[in-house]
Amino acid sequence: MDFTLDSGNTAWMLISAVIVLMMTVPALAFFYGGMVRGKSVLNMLMMNFIAAGTVGLVWVLYGYSMTFGGHTTGFGQFVDSPFEYFGLVGLTDDKSLLAATGVPALVVVAFQATFAVITVALISGAIADRIKFGTWIAFTVIWVTAVYFPMAHMVWGGGFLGIGGKVSEWLSTPIDFAGGTVVHINAGAAGLALAILLGRRKGWPTSPIRPHNLPYVMLGAALLWVGWFGFNAGSEGAADATAGRAWINTFVATCVAMITWLLTEKIRDGHATSLGAASGVVAGLVAITPAAAAVDSFGAIAIGAIAGVACALAVGLKYKFGFDDALDVVGVHLVGGITGTVLIGFLATNKQGAWYPDGAQSGLFYGGGVTQLLSQIVVAAFAVVFSFVMTYIIGLILKAITGLRVSEEDEVSGIDLAVHGETAYETLDGSRVLTEVN
Amino acid sequence: MTKLVTAVIQPHRLDDVKSALEAAGVRGLTVSEASGYGRQRGHTEVYRGAEYTVDLVPKVKIDVLVADEDALGVTEVVIKAAQTGKIGDGKVWVVPVEDVARVRTGEHGDDAL
Repeated sequence: MDFTLDSGNTAWMLISAVIVLMMTVPALAFFYGGMVRGKSVLNMLMMNFIAAGTVGLVWVLYGYSMTFGGHTTGFGQFVDSPFEYFGLVGLTDDKSLLAATGVPALVVVAFQATFAVITVALISGAIADRIKFGTWIAFTVIWVTAVYFPMAHMVWGGGFLGIGGKVSEWLSTPIDFAGGTVVHINAGAAGLALAILLGRRKGWPTSPIRPHNLPYVMLGAALLWVGWFGFNAGSEGAADATAGRAWINTFVATCVAMITWLLTEKIRDGHATSLGAASGVVAGLVAITPAAAAVDSFGAIAIGAIAGVACALAVGLKYKFGFDDALDVVGVHLVGGITGTVLIGFLATNKQGAWYPDGAQSGLFYGGGVTQLLSQIVVAAFAVVFSFVMTYIIGLILKAITGLRVSEEDEVSGIDLAVHGETAYETLDGSRVLTEVN
Repeated sequence: MTKLVTAVIQPHRLDDVKSALEAAGVRGLTVSEASGYGRQRGHTEVYRGAEYTVDLVPKVKIDVLVADEDALGVTEVVIKAAQTGKIGDGKVWVVPVEDVARVRTGEHGDDAL
């Protein structure tokens, strides 16, 4: 096939790639950084920055190849070859590698790089304040290689969860437009596994650990919201009407999720909080991600409304079950990701400018049967189990080799000073230490 | 003799206390941010549904050095300006000071005030 370059589509994808990178550095870094204590904010920022560093490197070396190397049969159902495009060699020579939308392969590499980066960075929220920095660096490389690249390949790279894959033959093609399974369920389940393996922070949950800078959290959430338009509307791969549908759905679902999260906590706790608004925004963004182009406006509103309530309630699970998921990666990303992915089974449509891939069907409420719902449950369940089990194994190996946690002394006196030799804020009289006893 | 009047008050009363002390002729004072609790105890905050009890609430501490005979008057001025009548208004206390010196001139005692 001979494609011609489409400069409009290409420009949109380059811009999307840039603003999705912004979602990790600085948006997610500050969203998380504001939620931790003042003595560990630098470590949180650093976990996000270094994830961009390591994942960016391996993506260019072999990550793109393992995800989009073009093998779809045999072992290619699960993962691709790291050697097909090692170092991106060969991607520029072959005209046929221009996508059907007229976007050069190297631009697709750039856009997809930012997805790998943020998925790994998301996990850091579950394990705040206590993981060894070297262990985290090793984890980012191993996890993205053994979990993210295969998962992205299975769903988007021609594997058994994607278009024309085995699940598509058995049921219908699972719909994951922009990463509900690949990014959010994947990161959420990984966060749960690591939080369980690492154990609770000293004092949690009896002595409270308060967010040290809510303005950072609000700022981070707002930048995430902006960047997410690149994430979801950019996932169309072109500047067209479907991208517009994805943009609108991303927008309205997020608006509604913020409102329903705030209503939930106003009724339950008595206050509409800034942390609740920031969290509701992210919950809505997460839940609409897999459905971004595959529902109409009412579907998007329903997904946002349900996600806002579901995630506001789900962040309490860690107290019930006793796992210290510090910044609610499970409550927001795992639960939000599952919510969005499963609701597609009820709400999917290809009317009103919405779109779903070949082999997918409309949802239960939109004239389809239960087939799409079953397909969505299969892909969501697979993502949960695959990510949790793989992450748990990786964590056990790292625990045996390097150990996972910093010493209790370093954790209490502040991981910033112990690990990075820095503190974020000037303290003349030690008053910050006193307030953090709270 | 010199006395040290120390007051721990609600932060939002600081401006009024400062003005009242100035009007009463007090020429210098030291203010520091403090944390603590009295009978009011702390308060609770809710983050993502988790309730945190904050034991130590923010207070402002004022230290004023005064001549012996002014101590009672200054104490009354602070009380009048800081009082809201609600629990958590704070405390004022007076202690004797053995000596005080002005660093710039080396004067001692009430001359240093």
